[in-house]
Amino acid sequence: MNAGKTDRRELWVLTEQRQGVLAEVGLELLGKARELADQGGFQVTAVLLGDRVKGLADELIAFGADQVLVAEDPALEPYRLLPYTQVLTDLIQERRPEILLIGATALGVELAPRVAARLGTGLSAHCIDLKLDDQGGLLQVVPGWGGGVLATITCPDHRPQTATVMPGVMKSRRDPLRRGQVFEAAVDLPQDQAGPRVVEISRREPQGLPLEKAEVVVAGGWGVGGAEKWVLIEELAALLDGAVGATRPPLDEGWAEESQMIGQSGKTIRPKLYIGLGISGMMHHVVGMDQSEFVVAVNQDPKAAIFEVCDLGLVADLTELLPSLIAEIKKLKALD
Amino acid sequence: MERIIVCIKPVPDPKHWDRVSLDQATMTLKREGIPNVVNPLDRQALEAALQIKEAFGGEVVLLAMAPPFAASTIREMLAMGADRAVLLSDRLFAGSDTLATSRILAAGVERIGAFDLILCGNMTLDGSTAQVPGQLAELLRIPNLMHITKIEWPDPKLCRLTQRIENGQIVWESAPPLLISVIKEINKPRYISFLGIVEADKKDLTVWSNEILQIEPNLLGLAGSPTKMAGLTMRQSRRAKEILTGEAEDLARDLAQRLVKRGFL
Repeated sequence: MNAGKTDRRELWVLTEQRQGVLAEVGLELLGKARELADQGGFQVTAVLLGDRVKGLADELIAFGADQVLVAEDPALEPYRLLPYTQVLTDLIQERRPEILLIGATALGVELAPRVAARLGTGLSAHCIDLKLDDQGGLLQVVPGWGGGVLATITCPDHRPQTATVMPGVMKSRRDPLRRGQVFEAAVDLPQDQAGPRVVEISRREPQGLPLEKAEVVVAGGWGVGGAEKWVLIEELAALLDGAVGATRPPLDEGWAEESQMIGQSGKTIRPKLYIGLGISGMMHHVVGMDQSEFVVAVNQDPKAAIFEVCDLGLVADLTELLPSLIAEIKKLKALD
Repeated sequence: MERIIVCIKPVPDPKHWDRVSLDQATMTLKREGIPNVVNPLDRQALEAALQIKEAFGGEVVLLAMAPPFAASTIREMLAMGADRAVLLSDRLFAGSDTLATSRILAAGVERIGAFDLILCGNMTLDGSTAQVPGQLAELLRIPNLMHITKIEWPDPKLCRLTQRIENGQIVWESAPPLLISVIKEINKPRYISFLGIVEADKKDLTVWSNEILQIEPNLLGLAGSPTKMAGLTMRQSRRAKEILTGEAEDLARDLAQRLVKRGFL
């Protein structure tokens, strides 16, 4: 298949879909890919795997793809690691892209290591920034040691330079007037696929405003002190038209839900206002909130690490401060 | 069940990570004096393996790639209940990225011999790449699944695995051999008993260097790693860090006023 093959070097984005729904991070990656491609002279290729998913291609072009490579086969729906690995590595070996970007979703972090190992190429994990060096090599910025350390990873001698990227970190841009081309890749998968078989898929749409879309996030940590006090976090968030976020301990305690977790193993947010209450400021949380515009932290320990990464810090006991703050805001709102 | 291999990794104790500093000259982290602990999720992996052994028999073998000092951390996991351990240790292994590390672990697995399952923690605390389990499975040409929260056995030859994904879960069925990486929710690891500690000293801990594994040196360490470290910095905050103290009520009023000024109220 030589269709769509040009002299321009290709920058690939795996645009993940499950049950026909595109993952947000794939669109974010197209936005970043567009930026890198314009700078380094790449062609942006969105790679779409599944069965009867071609209808999604126009949307990928609108989000920044020059071309969309669609690989359709019944064995690619629902997602299974081994068929996905085979199809993606076959396509890579045929078309030899320079760069491959994959969202660090449950699917992406499972797929990327197998693909990279099969190709013998380098892979970096959970990137929070991507840049190009003078030679067009990809500089991959990854957090390590709970996020306290930032390492820049390169892959000088192997292709494609492959990276998974944290969801929520890059910005997507949609331009409905963008034009691009769609190509169908030939898929050659054996009928009888080895490996794990799907028995059941269950998903539920999260309730309320999604954390990553909220302009105000009120987040609580271990210091909130109990389920009966957690309701005050929720009340404050509601007063500010915001969403509720959490660190790990409130999840473990059952005060908050998985979908509310912010940080390295949770969500990356970039609200206009972040208020962290009773949060110590461990790096694995901070990497998820550090791009917030204005950061307020409340903690009773003046030495808490969160005070090193905030714009405004209040040293106070939450059990005293939170009711006062809620009362104060209610008073101000009543005046409007 | 004949054999379950559990991959473990000693990592610097996260309680002391504030003592980590940077050596700009060598682009490495200085972690002297920071004690090692077993990577927390590896305990969940071992617990899952021990539960399978209790149901179906077989031996549980620990596998680690680490410097020789890791032996004490490995003994701890033997005390938790593993039957024996293999430590892959050689100066040639230093500086390996996830792919080179997976090659070394794969050679270790092949030398251990036939197995039904390999269990891993989903990621380690220090690097947090979560890449080694999948790369190891690929090199061994066996299937793998990540983010596993439950392992059930409809019959001894078929396992049913629950996988966490965004806003939901997938239930899979698979026959061994298989590599499974687990997350915290899968179980609560057992405590180490005094008897376990006594018995651990008698258990076999074998160290294999590359003289035994015989991997091409150009596939190991920095030379064998497709990824290179081009820079390393400690994260620094650019924020104002204005810290207020005082009576809670006054602070609350002050904060509310500032939220008004910034247009949030």
